[in-house]
Amino acid sequence: MSHPAPTQAAETQPPAKRPLGGWMGYLLLAPAALWLTLFFIVPMASMVSTSLYDPTGSLESGYAMTGHVQNYLTVLADYSEQFLRSLMYAGAATIACIILGYPLAYAIAFKAGRWKNLMLVAVIAPFFTSFLIRTLSWQLILGDQAWVADTLRSLQILGENGRLLDTPVAVVTGLTYNFLPFMVLPLYTSLEKIDPRLHEAGADLYASPFTTFRKVTLPLSAPGLVAGTLLTFIPAAGDYINVELLGNPQTQMIGNVIQNLFDGGSYPEAAALSVTLMAVIVVLVLLYIRKAGTEELV
Amino acid sequence: MTDTSPRTTGPGAGEAVGAASGNAVAGGADLVLTGVTKRFTDFVAVDNLDLTVPQGSFFALLGPSGCGKTTTLRMVAGLETPTEGEIRLAGQDITHLKPYRRPVNTVFQSYALFPHLTIFENVAFGLRRQGKPDVDAAVAAMLDLVELSDLASRRPAQLSGGQQQRVALARALINRPQVLLLDEPLGALDLKLRRQMQIELKRIQTDVGITFVHVTHDQEEAMTMADTVAVMNRGVIEQMGAPMDLYEHPMTTFVANFLGQSNLIGGRVLGSDGADLEVEVHGTRLRVPRSRGAQDTGEVWVGIRPEKVQVCAPGSADDGPRSRLAGGVITDASFIGVSTQYLARMPWGQELMAFEQNTGAHEQFRVGDHVELRWVPEHTFLLDADQDANAGVERVDEG
Repeated sequence: MSHPAPTQAAETQPPAKRPLGGWMGYLLLAPAALWLTLFFIVPMASMVSTSLYDPTGSLESGYAMTGHVQNYLTVLADYSEQFLRSLMYAGAATIACIILGYPLAYAIAFKAGRWKNLMLVAVIAPFFTSFLIRTLSWQLILGDQAWVADTLRSLQILGENGRLLDTPVAVVTGLTYNFLPFMVLPLYTSLEKIDPRLHEAGADLYASPFTTFRKVTLPLSAPGLVAGTLLTFIPAAGDYINVELLGNPQTQMIGNVIQNLFDGGSYPEAAALSVTLMAVIVVLVLLYIRKAGTEELV
Repeated sequence: MTDTSPRTTGPGAGEAVGAASGNAVAGGADLVLTGVTKRFTDFVAVDNLDLTVPQGSFFALLGPSGCGKTTTLRMVAGLETPTEGEIRLAGQDITHLKPYRRPVNTVFQSYALFPHLTIFENVAFGLRRQGKPDVDAAVAAMLDLVELSDLASRRPAQLSGGQQQRVALARALINRPQVLLLDEPLGALDLKLRRQMQIELKRIQTDVGITFVHVTHDQEEAMTMADTVAVMNRGVIEQMGAPMDLYEHPMTTFVANFLGQSNLIGGRVLGSDGADLEVEVHGTRLRVPRSRGAQDTGEVWVGIRPEKVQVCAPGSADDGPRSRLAGGVITDASFIGVSTQYLARMPWGQELMAFEQNTGAHEQFRVGDHVELRWVPEHTFLLDADQDANAGVERVDEG
């Protein structure tokens, strides 16, 4: 391994380009770094500082920077209910996405045959319509006069005057629908990489199909499952459109609260709530990755 | 050396040759395939196959790609279901048994090691699934056998091809299956390592005494390791027997060409004279022992292995009875160290091969020299002339 002569290395990598190597990397990074600095780091700093303004100010009179840490205590005391609800709804939607998405991704990866590409296009197809329009259409599907509610009422699953629209079920349904592709695609990617012969090897080594799934397929698809969970849970926890269109004031999530606070001009509280939401999500994600990474999700 | 015993085994004949089955333990644990056919939508992979693999033998299924050998193996493993026919192991019908309920394990062509498990856990997989006790000790002993103990905590991706191959073997062997199936297990290894593993596999098989069914397209590999070789072509077994029997006494042109190389010359049986048949080959009369003929009347292919052919100057003396074909002209002489390979164009236009060992006892010929080809009559074999003389010839250029 130490044998190859320097001349050989020089041949494979033209020496003329090598001096560029040092700062070329930074040059390539520069646009993204600039973008992130301007539109992520600066706003972030601004948000954090806003969260510490004196809340008695207003847009018209201006805010005073007083290091008002009480903002955090106030919003936590006032909105902990919406906070917990956000995490619960996002969690429920994520679990629903796993239940619906895993079999779908599995079928596309291993069973679809020549329909594979068509099915993948079908998963992505909803993105051709706006998020807002898609969510609005669920108002029709879940509406009081629509066949879904009718059927559930006639089956006695829903009470006589029971509704679907404007309920937590509708919100979680909307979240599940909107974030399902973000679960399916990473899952599909990691399932598709699994050599089908590993299933045969499992069967050959006395593992029933279910055991083979549990001991071989599931652990090997863990990276996709982790990625899918993050891509679903994080945006779902901060979402406010689904509640806006499918929920009611009693199903408000933290995103709605933040939006309302902004609309009402309470910038410091809104910022404090946003910072708290981010911090909670970062902590949850770190805990999750740590667990998933070390215990192989078996 | 020469095979003089009469043969009843013909193309596609079924009964196994059990005589060569090494350290076989007497008992009914044979693997028996009866009338097994596997049809896929557009072709027949295995066609009415009858096969008996004696317990404890090292059995090779040899054939070109697409001949049905891997499909046969997969049916024994339970990874494919036969369209027709029956597979029995130790008397029990396993035709429709799920793969994970069969006392059969496979060493897969690409090894199919579990990438997320350590070498130790890969090897332990089968025992754990069966709920066997003392897994740790058994795995340690097995890793010892394949000399991988110090790599137990690594992942498959960190191992070389040869090491992965041994893990695959250990993972299957540790379950002490009644039959171990090997699907081209050495195909991914380089030549030197392959030779080494051939010897290793043979040693392990002798040690453990488990029936090995080995699928390969490499005739040398099959002959080196197996007690019994079945040559498969187009879904049927062309011929089956001990490696030497097959080589010395091919019954079809496919076997004659696929197992080693053969000169096949068109001829006609004129009649018989005691134990010999008299055959006319392009104007020359040859005598062929009757036992060497897969066919004993009419049009035949007269076969002779190139290394059995002596290249002689016309009119030189012999030290015993020889079949002779005169009038050859050397068109190619390749010196390859241990031997010299000649091509001689015969008066009827065909080029015949002759491999001479470089013992120093023979004259070396050059292109353009006039020669006579001679061989011991007992080395001749006769095949049915209805068959394609080029069947089984490896065409390297077609890849």
